[in-house]
Amino acid sequence: MAVYTTNEIRGGMKVMIDNDPCVILDNEFVKPGKGQAFNRIKYRNLKSGRVVERTWKSGDSIPSADVVDVEAQYLYNDGAHWHFMTKETFEQYVMDEQHLAESKQWLKEQSDCVLTLFNSSPLAVTAPNFVVLKIVETDPGVRGDTSGGGGKPAKLESGAVVRVPLFVQEGELIKVDTRIGEYVSRVKE
Amino acid sequence: MLTVENMNKTENWRSVALHDNLRVRAMILAKIRQFFAERDVMEVETPLMCHATVTDPHVVGIPVLFNRLGCANETILYLQTSPEYAMKRLLAMQIGPIYQISKAFRQGEVGRIHNPEFTMLEWYRPGFDHSHLMDEVDVFLQTILHTPAADRISYADLFQQYFSINPHVADVEVLSACAKEKMIPIESNLPDRDAWLNLLWTHYIEPRVGHERPLFLYDFPVSQAALAKIRDEEFPVASRFEVYYKGMELANGFHELQDSAEQLRRFEKDLAQRKQRGQPVIEIDKRFIAALEHGLPDCAGIAMGIDRLVMLALDCKSIAEVITFTFENA
Repeated sequence: MAVYTTNEIRGGMKVMIDNDPCVILDNEFVKPGKGQAFNRIKYRNLKSGRVVERTWKSGDSIPSADVVDVEAQYLYNDGAHWHFMTKETFEQYVMDEQHLAESKQWLKEQSDCVLTLFNSSPLAVTAPNFVVLKIVETDPGVRGDTSGGGGKPAKLESGAVVRVPLFVQEGELIKVDTRIGEYVSRVKE
Repeated sequence: MLTVENMNKTENWRSVALHDNLRVRAMILAKIRQFFAERDVMEVETPLMCHATVTDPHVVGIPVLFNRLGCANETILYLQTSPEYAMKRLLAMQIGPIYQISKAFRQGEVGRIHNPEFTMLEWYRPGFDHSHLMDEVDVFLQTILHTPAADRISYADLFQQYFSINPHVADVEVLSACAKEKMIPIESNLPDRDAWLNLLWTHYIEPRVGHERPLFLYDFPVSQAALAKIRDEEFPVASRFEVYYKGMELANGFHELQDSAEQLRRFEKDLAQRKQRGQPVIEIDKRFIAALEHGLPDCAGIAMGIDRLVMLALDCKSIAEVITFTFENA
């Protein structure tokens, strides 16, 4: 297995820490003018989602994790399991609903997404940054309101609920930023 | 295809430092020169490329290859890590008080507040001890950075205050227990007592001190004496001090060791440590030892990072904001 020394480690690298795959968020070099050098490394455990900070002596090494992101399409779910297919190889993967976390509220059948595979099994799924979805339920708009104002909740066809401006109506398509869960604009069909 | 136009678009040729930051840097350099001119301290220049380099296992010189025209043999020289040895050779010739503003180079040191090539201010005061030099450094910081008067605390008092231990005698078990108690999440096995002291210092004390006013930390453990004299107090201590301000180490000073035999013993101990760690073998700077043998006047000296000084003046978070081109785009 490949290893990285603490000085090579950069944000975004995938490594194994305590037998779990982790993604590096930050690596700060800490060194007294005369004295031992350290690397203070911040990472997210990809299994638990927890963000942790730990210190290594500079020059120590950390094994890399066999984690890859692949483009995929969400096919369907059978209640307990969600089925995906990779775009390039047409391989199918199955994930338990509990492992989908926040992402599942943005996915409808045939949606594009990114599957994170660890040792060839799916670890996480990420929705695209922007998705276009139909509003299936929201209160009727107030006449004459064209600005954002206070807004109102709207339920989308994928199950997510986002705040939309008062003028947006049931049945319309809207663009949403999935990273912050916010309405961006209306979209014409 | 590589064309002039797409190189301009793709190559990161610009400096990240703002014009204003570079102007403040130039002003600070001018003020430093004025500070020393007013005190009759002479500016000197010593070589950046030297035949010998430091023995300190934690400070590594960058080798360069020199090839005399027409000669087949290459000579290894080192970019200096600090102009200390050369300046002390001048002091041994009774040159008097001197200062230098020069580039210094450290192998492998890249980070938010580290660039492998950086600018160092180093000055020496014959007739001063470290306490007298601390007075001058305090005035220097008040003049250049307009800081409030500095606090002073000994290494022992600070460790007593934060960990209730005596850093001059505490063993590895005691020090690692302190790290555990303060929940410092260290993954590695640290090689010795000093590495544990460095960990406790950098991860716990350093972020908590010197925010309101600069802090002078003095009387270091003898194992970290480097080129400082050792005094016998309740415990033997090194006449060394460091300056911290707003979470950054800014300077390191010594009441300079004059004893050539003792200096040679410390260098040999460094080399033994280097060997144990599998670091490359280097030679001791014999010219420096010879100058000490001839006689270094009683003096105190200090090295200060100019880039960090400018960062403090401008309240910058990264060293890249105050230097024209960093290691990545030099």
